[in-house]
Amino acid sequence: MTRKQRRLTLISLAGVVLASAVGLVLFALSDGITFFTSPSDVLAKPPSVDQRVRLGGLVERGSIVKEADGVVRFAVTDGKATVPARYVGILPDLFREGQGVVAEGKVDGSGLFVADTVLAKHDETYMPKEVVDALKKSGEWRPQDGDGPAPQTVQR
Amino acid sequence: MIVEIGHYALVLALVLALAGGTLPFWGALRGDNRLMAVASTTSVAQFLFVAMSFAALTYAYVVSDFSVQNVVENSHSLKPLLYKISGVWGNHEGSMLLWVLILVLFGALVAVFSENLPLKLKALVLSVQSWISAAFLFFILIASNPFLRLDPAPLQGRDLNPLLQDVGLAIHPPLLYLGYVGCSISFAFAIAALIDGRIDAAWARWVRPWTLTAWCFLTLGIAMGSYWAYYELGWGGWWFWDPVENASFMPWLAATALLHSAIVMEKREALKIWTILLAILTFSLSLLGTFLVRSGVLTSVHAFATDPTRGIFILCILCVFIGGAFSLFAARAGQLSQGGLFAPISREGALVLNNLLLTAACATVLVGTLYPLALEALTGEKISVGAPFFDMTFGPMMVPLLIAVPFGPLLAWKRGDIVAAGQRLLFAFGAAMAVVILGLALMGTPSALALFGVALAVWLMVGALSEIAFRIKLGRVSPAESWRRGAGLPRSAWGTMVAHFGVGVTVLGIVGSTAWNSETIVTLKPGEAVTIGSRTLTMDGFVPISGGTYTGTGVRFTVRQGGNVVATMEPEKRLYTVPNTPTTEAAINTFGFSQLYVSLGDISADGSTVVRVYWKTLIALIWLGALVMTAGGMLSLSDRRLRVGAPKPARRPVAVPAE
Repeated sequence: MTRKQRRLTLISLAGVVLASAVGLVLFALSDGITFFTSPSDVLAKPPSVDQRVRLGGLVERGSIVKEADGVVRFAVTDGKATVPARYVGILPDLFREGQGVVAEGKVDGSGLFVADTVLAKHDETYMPKEVVDALKKSGEWRPQDGDGPAPQTVQR
Repeated sequence: MIVEIGHYALVLALVLALAGGTLPFWGALRGDNRLMAVASTTSVAQFLFVAMSFAALTYAYVVSDFSVQNVVENSHSLKPLLYKISGVWGNHEGSMLLWVLILVLFGALVAVFSENLPLKLKALVLSVQSWISAAFLFFILIASNPFLRLDPAPLQGRDLNPLLQDVGLAIHPPLLYLGYVGCSISFAFAIAALIDGRIDAAWARWVRPWTLTAWCFLTLGIAMGSYWAYYELGWGGWWFWDPVENASFMPWLAATALLHSAIVMEKREALKIWTILLAILTFSLSLLGTFLVRSGVLTSVHAFATDPTRGIFILCILCVFIGGAFSLFAARAGQLSQGGLFAPISREGALVLNNLLLTAACATVLVGTLYPLALEALTGEKISVGAPFFDMTFGPMMVPLLIAVPFGPLLAWKRGDIVAAGQRLLFAFGAAMAVVILGLALMGTPSALALFGVALAVWLMVGALSEIAFRIKLGRVSPAESWRRGAGLPRSAWGTMVAHFGVGVTVLGIVGSTAWNSETIVTLKPGEAVTIGSRTLTMDGFVPISGGTYTGTGVRFTVRQGGNVVATMEPEKRLYTVPNTPTTEAAINTFGFSQLYVSLGDISADGSTVVRVYWKTLIALIWLGALVMTAGGMLSLSDRRLRVGAPKPARRPVAVPAE
């Protein structure tokens, strides 16, 4: 093999690897990402039943119902709209009524949000940024309620 | 008073860093030996002053000096001593101070342990290191000062977040920082080589031990963080593709590539420009990680109090260093001489493939991490990129790499024989196939992906062993002769074998815990039992618990298998009094390499408790594999080649734990 051929082999190998990486990324970006929505968005334009979304808002007061074997029903609200949700599992320690929550899952045919992941705050003084933005959008943002975007002091 | 001394020491360190960044640099440009010699002194002195400053802050935490704002916000007088100390870096200001401490520690180590480095190279390396420390010291003093006083001083502190009060978390940040910041040394060497315009095999020999040291710590730090997330967050998951995890994983991928390309440069003087680029890239990704984690751009468990000026400040540092480094690279890379030739099928070729796949995989992680930020900034649309994205991109990039790993060490330099290498790996291939057949026979129809994964892990492990077996001629000569050959092999060869074996172990753990994971959620009352696999857990009752700053309830379980008691487990619900935070402590019991994991949900007034039980097959291998990889790295680090020509026996970099 001449020097030129060797270099060409290397460059084409690099090209193949790079092209497949780009291809994979583009494919995954169309399929493997989750959009963030607020309860108002879900009611206005429900996502299709097989689309995963992240739903952010406050846990509506008085909405938490705990059933047998870890099944929990609650409602996510942004003040304007409310979406009922169902989750099976152990909720985060800081999941509470009237507090911020982000749930990930799908909206089923009846409009029920079936969550497979529920994220709450990491500590007393923190609210997920997405929830703050969603509340600001619906005009229900009231930092003085003790749930403001105060400093968060967690590290891992 | 001590706090003020700490503050003042930090100012002195900044002055020293400015001196150490300019005088030796000027000396190197003018060829003035006296000015160049200043570098070692300023580097060691910087370390002493930053260490003094760090000690002062630690002292304030240990004695609970609540006139210091940082202590008030992150400590509590009733907290155990260990968590008082780990509270020093459990917050933004303190963690930046730890970052700088480790940075100047590495600078001082280079100054002390590189006596056979050419004076000019050493002066340049230490100047670059001083620029970085000057930038971050300036940042700490201006925007993130941990020594601010409070007047009047409160009587009690607000305590460290309970999630952080954990042994794993006490040592995770120092380990990770030793890895992150250790990459600055190879960066400094790369910049020095570009300024100097000269680079040779000796350069790679100096850089490799530092990179290897940083890589070992990074591996340990990431593994530790992952294990913490696994047992502390109570979700049973060990990797979430959280942007902050990615921020530490990207430098790891780049450093792994750098380790391998530095071998090519050291042995064959090839891939010079690429190695320089990788060294710059690795530290750039470390800086990017620091920015993402510390600036508050991302909301995650890691983001501390967000102050916009801090984010912008770190972003400026990031732009200056990364932008400067790449401009210098663009201007000077062409002047570096070309290296040795090699055929595509050769050890060099295999290492190039390794580098290509690792950097491409790193790029996919980078895209997945930054895309949501870019999209939100440009269109305002919010998305989250999670595990599905990375499974689709990172996974496929890793598969060809892992298949290729056993071939690499079996190929000769310059021109390799792939058929011969394949023959030597026949046994490994046979072992992998045997596992597939055994799996089909024992388990009927398990998932094809799981079987492939296990076969891949076996291929990696047996492949790593095959290489050593071939080199010591195992079975072809007498055992005594093989032993003699084994003892004669360089430690780096053993290191390669052990590290590659470790990769296989981790892969096996990942596949096992993903494919054969079972979980169940039930509501139990005392006396009731739940069965998972072949084991039955009986809930015996409640046990009150209390610690320094918390009280809570433990739930006692007895685990039985075939009627015999095999373990008792006690997961807890804790309530920390300051701040008023409930936490859940999962109980984990290890059986072989598999683990039983019990986490608690709500405890009702009538004693019925939501219990989540996981069985995780082979999961301990994930972290065990990381330990094996680190052991391989350390073995390689002890190779005498890296010490040859050293005037003192202690030339190999020694890791000193942070104070």
